[in-house]
Amino acid sequence: MIDIAVVDYGMGNLRSVSKALEHVAPNKNVVVTSSAKDIIDAERVVFPGQGAMPDCMRELESRGLHDVIVQSAASKPFLGICIGLQLLFQHSEEGDANGLGILAGKVKRFAADAMHDAEGNKLKVPHMGWNQVYQKQTHQMWKDIPNGERFYYVHSYYVQPHDASLVAGVTEYPTPFTGAIAHNNIFAVQFHPEKSQHAGLQLLSNFVQWNGKP
Amino acid sequence: MLAKRIIPCLDVTDGRVVKGVNFLELRDAGDPVEIARRYDEQGADELTFLDITASSDNRGLILHIIEEVASQVFIPLTVGGGVREVEDVRRLLNAGADKVSINTSAVVNPQLVADASDRYGSQCIVVAIDAKQVGVDALGQPRWEVFTHGGRKETGLDAVEWARKMVSLGAGELLVTSMDRDGTKIGFNLGLNKAISDAVDVPIIASGGVGNLQHLVDGVKLGGADAVLAASIFHYGEYTVHQAKEYMREHGIEVRL
Repeated sequence: MIDIAVVDYGMGNLRSVSKALEHVAPNKNVVVTSSAKDIIDAERVVFPGQGAMPDCMRELESRGLHDVIVQSAASKPFLGICIGLQLLFQHSEEGDANGLGILAGKVKRFAADAMHDAEGNKLKVPHMGWNQVYQKQTHQMWKDIPNGERFYYVHSYYVQPHDASLVAGVTEYPTPFTGAIAHNNIFAVQFHPEKSQHAGLQLLSNFVQWNGKP
Repeated sequence: MLAKRIIPCLDVTDGRVVKGVNFLELRDAGDPVEIARRYDEQGADELTFLDITASSDNRGLILHIIEEVASQVFIPLTVGGGVREVEDVRRLLNAGADKVSINTSAVVNPQLVADASDRYGSQCIVVAIDAKQVGVDALGQPRWEVFTHGGRKETGLDAVEWARKMVSLGAGELLVTSMDRDGTKIGFNLGLNKAISDAVDVPIIASGGVGNLQHLVDGVKLGGADAVLAASIFHYGEYTVHQAKEYMREHGIEVRL
């Protein structure tokens, strides 16, 4: 019995994700896997990802995991992290690539040249470091996490859902962008809970207990 | 608002944390796993490990240390030292590193930076630039040059130009160490940091020379740093990371507390 499948499609380092899950759920069977069967059998699915979105899509397809991800995202507690959030959408500016199209919307790049803070300093891209996440809806995944808590981000692209009601959390850089989305049994975050110390571990712990209901 | 980061740096050799002055005269500072846990508890935003092991025999030790730290400490970990090929990057990431720092090898083989960032994403490729002032240009502005091999070898490369090139090849972050300041406790080389920070879009970590908390504030406010890295002031108990953050906040810098 697999409690949590961490989807491995060859993009980036999944050790941090699985270690953090094992830390918050020592009695759960956490498996890092690229097997479609494991993902189908698992009670819940974590869909991480690092690197460029076109490469991620290509690797997903080459491992035959496209349909399994779509199916899991429609049927059980599903946590997308970073590129795992971006891939849920239709299209990304990164490499002009199509995503899985599970959710309507696009993935856009921060406009590096045009971004300044209140004091006129240039804002760097990638957006890297600890930034505040403001919760836009009450959700079991936010349980015991203060509104405005800081999480660790590292990314140059962000999602823009067509349906603004999907947005579960926003972060400002310098204007608000989507930090988290929620849709039925899907919760997905742009930041890295596995690298966000106490707050991140709390979110992962919430996921392990989440029944997948909004 | 995005917080400025404080990054304690652990120089590791033969399985122990050490610290030197101007890259020499090493002094023992303790067990890396224990120290990493302590800084995590104090609120460090990230940790950087630099493997300065001279002999290749003990190179594998750093992998075990990173594995152990990564299963207990859930903040970003950067590891550098001895990274020569994409395979080294893979090994470190698999051991639990989130970012890999490339220094000498970026100069010897710049293509490594491109290959590693293509394969693993620029978010996990940090290029470390060790620079030293080598006089002034025709306009009287200071000129900094890149050094490698732990500061022993000059390269003739202009540090600011080199920073631009590394970012264009795929570096997601730059760790800028002033070699004239390293371990001296007289503060960052603010001119060097500011020049590089202004020249590129990616975040800059200022390193080398921190002796007190005002130096950290200056690194951000005057040096344009997105993150500040320090070793000695934390290793020997002069300040905790938490104290450093409180001081920075009192001086109007956004930090995670």
